[in-house]
Order: sequence, then structure tokens, then C-alpha cells
Amino acid sequence: MADGQHLAIRARGMVKRFGDLTAVAGIDLDVPAGMIFAILGPNGAGKTTLLRMLATLLRPDAGEAALIGRDLRADPDGVREVISMTGQFASLDEDLTGRENLVLLARLWGFRGAAARGRAVALLSAFDLAEAGGRQVKAYSGGMRRRLDIAASLIVTPGILFLDEPTTGLDPTARAGVWSLIKGLAQSGVTILLTTQYLEEADQLAGRIAVIDHGRKIAEGTSRELKAQTGSGMLHVSPLGDHDRAALVLERVVGVPAHRSAEGGDLSVPVADAARATAAISALVAEGIEVGDFRMGQPSLDEVFFALTGGPGREDRP
Amino acid sequence: MNDMALDRAGVTVAPAPGRLARVERPPRPSALSNALVFGWRAVLKFRHVPEQLFDLVMTPIMFTLLFTFVFGGALAGSPREYLQFFLPGILVQTVIFNSVYSGVGLCTDLQKGLFDRFRSLPIWSLAPFAGLMVGDILRHAIAGGIILGIGLLLGYRPEAGVPGVVAGFLLLFVVGFGVGWVFMTIGLLVSTPMTVMTFGFTFIFPLVFASNISVNPETMPGWLEAFVNVNPVSHITTALRGLFGGTVTAGQVGLALLAPAALTLLLAPVVLALYRRK
Repeated sequence: MADGQHLAIRARGMVKRFGDLTAVAGIDLDVPAGMIFAILGPNGAGKTTLLRMLATLLRPDAGEAALIGRDLRADPDGVREVISMTGQFASLDEDLTGRENLVLLARLWGFRGAAARGRAVALLSAFDLAEAGGRQVKAYSGGMRRRLDIAASLIVTPGILFLDEPTTGLDPTARAGVWSLIKGLAQSGVTILLTTQYLEEADQLAGRIAVIDHGRKIAEGTSRELKAQTGSGMLHVSPLGDHDRAALVLERVVGVPAHRSAEGGDLSVPVADAARATAAISALVAEGIEVGDFRMGQPSLDEVFFALTGGPGREDRP
Repeated sequence: MNDMALDRAGVTVAPAPGRLARVERPPRPSALSNALVFGWRAVLKFRHVPEQLFDLVMTPIMFTLLFTFVFGGALAGSPREYLQFFLPGILVQTVIFNSVYSGVGLCTDLQKGLFDRFRSLPIWSLAPFAGLMVGDILRHAIAGGIILGIGLLLGYRPEAGVPGVVAGFLLLFVVGFGVGWVFMTIGLLVSTPMTVMTFGFTFIFPLVFASNISVNPETMPGWLEAFVNVNPVSHITTALRGLFGGTVTAGQVGLALLAPAALTLLLAPVVLALYRRK
């Protein structure tokens, strides 16, 4: 993976401090060209800061990075030529229409007159915004805004597209739309680095995932590799009766505490093989605990996050 | 090999996203072209939000009517004579008040993340500021034009004619340009547009009202008269009266340009440093 030649992003020892707070505390990143790479972490983990450094919006306090072979420190303008950034907050002019926003950016890139208008029209129709193109952005829904925001990053096809929490605040339908958009972009050869706090999003989209917490990378790999770190398999049990007692029984059999699902209905324990799983179920039955449902499977990323950080994945930490 | 390999394998079977065909960038545009695009944005904003014009001109129009017809007779013998004295002053007041909007606009853009997009583009880094300036000049020209128009209807006569008026407006643009830096600095330092407004007016009020805009300072207490006489707003107003009235001296214009020049020299580097640090 890290052979240097096919890396879209190669970052070493990235550090950013804000006063006493070290937002990013030395992160290395190798993003292969053409991949969707997710940075996963809770609020305040340093995801956005890392992204903003790579997008030339923040000067790193230490570390170096090359984006498509261009040095972040020595040639920030060269970097800007090959990247596009879609920030966490819609970076659009709300008073202008969707079309005007795109024409404005196309002209800034150097398209003139009819070419700039043509670029805007092409993007609007590709992103299903042709009809809304003449309306002011302030009248757009969250999903439309997000689509326009991403379209605005594609005036010129970037080598690397940065997406900061692309689906935060969107409803499930709009989220699915943005997901398929991102997949389509990756298929057309754009390297995508996105941040997310949704484990499902990283799982769905990304070829590789870096898990970040408190400004450090605590794990990296494919979703499958990350899941493998918590054990070869997981036994998920939904006891009908006393959950606390069921958790104790499971812990006695497998030797580690059971993980409770966010809703509290499921208990999960790592098990090496089917024999071990059978033993655990038998122990529950022997204790007179009725089991509503059980299944073997890989751990969810939620559980991976729990195992890696020692805390629930979705908790907001300042 | 991993999940990604599976995704990548899907490339060939997925419907070819022809709509996402690669687009290469055209030749890099000049700094001037970048700046003009931001100027065009300012014009578009005027077209879409014409209400902002209302904010800009309503207060000065009301001031003009109030001072001319209610106070004018008492202050200068007749409303007509007072208008002749007051109109250049209200133009100065309008331009200075309206400069606050460039700070507000900057702060709003920063808050929305719009500048993040601009700053991640390979463009002349100061082009967005050039756009703000174009917007400011446009705003001053429109607001100033409307107020001068109303003044003419009410009987104001600039003795120096068209050349005097043109020269006067040029002075107003320079003043707006200089004062604009103050509010851009504030716009970059505080986090909400509302705060820019509050800070702005707190700073502006004493300067604008303790000046010779609405009355001759001779009737004021000595300490205030002393302040009014050194207040840059007074110098600007005096020069504008001179330009419109055809009695201007080079010294008056020099004094009027002192404050805008000083503000630009002092604050332009601060604004650029703050912007680059953000």
C-alpha cells in the first residue's frame, strides 16, 4: 500500500496546536490514489483540523505532507490546483442562485463567459439541480445544498476531494443520495478523503479507515481489518430476561466483559469459534436465562470503536 | 484482498458515470480577472437583496428631512440655507456608516465557511478583498447618488457643478475605502456579524456626531469645539463642502485624506495578516 508511487496523500507527523490544546498530535497518513479514505472519530477528535491542514487552510505546527506529489509547505498554491474542499458548513453564497454560485467559481478557475455558464449548467443537471438552478440557495433543502456544495468542488475535476462530514444533518434519503454520489466520484478516479463520525458511513463507503481520537490515530485498516482487531468473531445475544445476569454469565464463559449495544437490547462477546459460542449459549440456558435471538458475526464498527477507545463511539467529547 | 478491491472491481459493471467526465482546468486567470469576479458577486448581491439598499439610505434620508425641515430654520435661518450646509455632511455620514457593512459582510462569509472555499482555490489570495472593495464603492455610489438626488429635489445646489460633484464622490470613495479597513479588522476578530455592527456603531457614533456635519462647532463648549476641530470626520466634511461649493483648497483635501491614508497604512497589513492566519 505505502509504496509512495501511488499515494495521493502522504503525510508525516502532522501537528496542530491551538493555544494549550493539541488538536492534532502527530498523525501519519497514506492515502492511495483513487480510494475513498475515511477518517473516523468522535467530535473534537481532530478530524476537521487534520483535513483543513491538508487543504492548505491551516498551517501545520509540525509535520510534512505531499498531495499528488506537491509539497504542502513549499507549494501550497500547487496543492490548491489539485484539491477541492467541501467544508462542514455549506460554503455557498446563500443570496445567490445555485447557478450563479457555480458560474462564480467557474470564472475564478478561469472559465470565461459561455464556458463558465456551460460548466454550471452541466454540473447542475449532473447533480439533479437543473430545475432549482435559478433559485436562491437560501431556499434549498439540506440535501440540495449538500449536492450543490459537492458540485461546487467539481468545477475542475480535482485529484483529491476533501469532504468534511458530508452527511451530517441530512435525513436518511438525502444521506443515501450523497453516498451514491461519493461512490460515483470515486469510480471516476477522484481520490476522496472524508471525515465522519458515523461508523456506518465509513463502513459503507471507505476502502480504508483511520480511527482518530484525541488528535492521534489509534487504528487504521480496511473495515474488515479493523473488525478483526477485536477478535475473530462476535456472538450477539438478545436475552429476554435479566440482562445483567446474562452479561455476568457470558463474561464467566469467555473471560471478557460483554459489550452492550447502544439500545441496550443486545449483548456481544468475542468468541474464537462455534464451540465457544455454543458453550456460551448453553451456559445461559443452564442458568435459566431465555435467549430471544442469537447470531455469530463480525463485530460492528461501533464495537470496534468501543474496543479501541474504551468508550462508546458516538459520545460527544469536547 | 479487501473490501476496497471489491468496490474497485465494481467499477466496470457500474453504469459509467459519463456525467462525471473529467474536466481539466483552463489557463490560470489573472489576478485582475479574479478580482473582477468578486466584484460581479457584489453586483449580484445587490440584484438579489435590493432590501439592503433600504437599510443604506433610509436613515440618511430621514436625517436629511428631519434636520432640514425641523431644525434647519432654527439652525441656519431657513431650511434651504441649512440644506446647503448639511447635505455634504450627511453624505460623509452615510459613507462612514455604510462602511460597517463591509465588516459585516466579511464576518458573514467567514461564518458560513464561504471563505474556506475561496481560500482553497488556486486564485490570487487577496481577490476576495478586492471584491469587498468593489461592493463598497458600488454601495457608496448608489446610496450617495440617491441622497444627492433627494437633496437636489429639495433645492440643494452644488455651486461647483458636475466636476465638483464627481471630485466629491471620489473623495467619498477614498474615505469609505479607508474606514472600511477598521470594520474588516473587526469583522475578522469577532465571530458574529451582529457584534461587528455593535462595535462599529460604538466607535463611529462619537466621531460622526461630535463633528461639523450637522452644526457649526462655534456654538459648542470649548473642549468639544477643540475635539470637533481635530476630528478627521470634520476635515472630510469641510473638504467635501469645499469640493461641492467650489471653494476647496489643497490643504483641506490633504487634511481630509490624512485619516483614510493612515487607516489604510496601519490596518491593511493587519487585515491581511489576520486573514492569512485564519
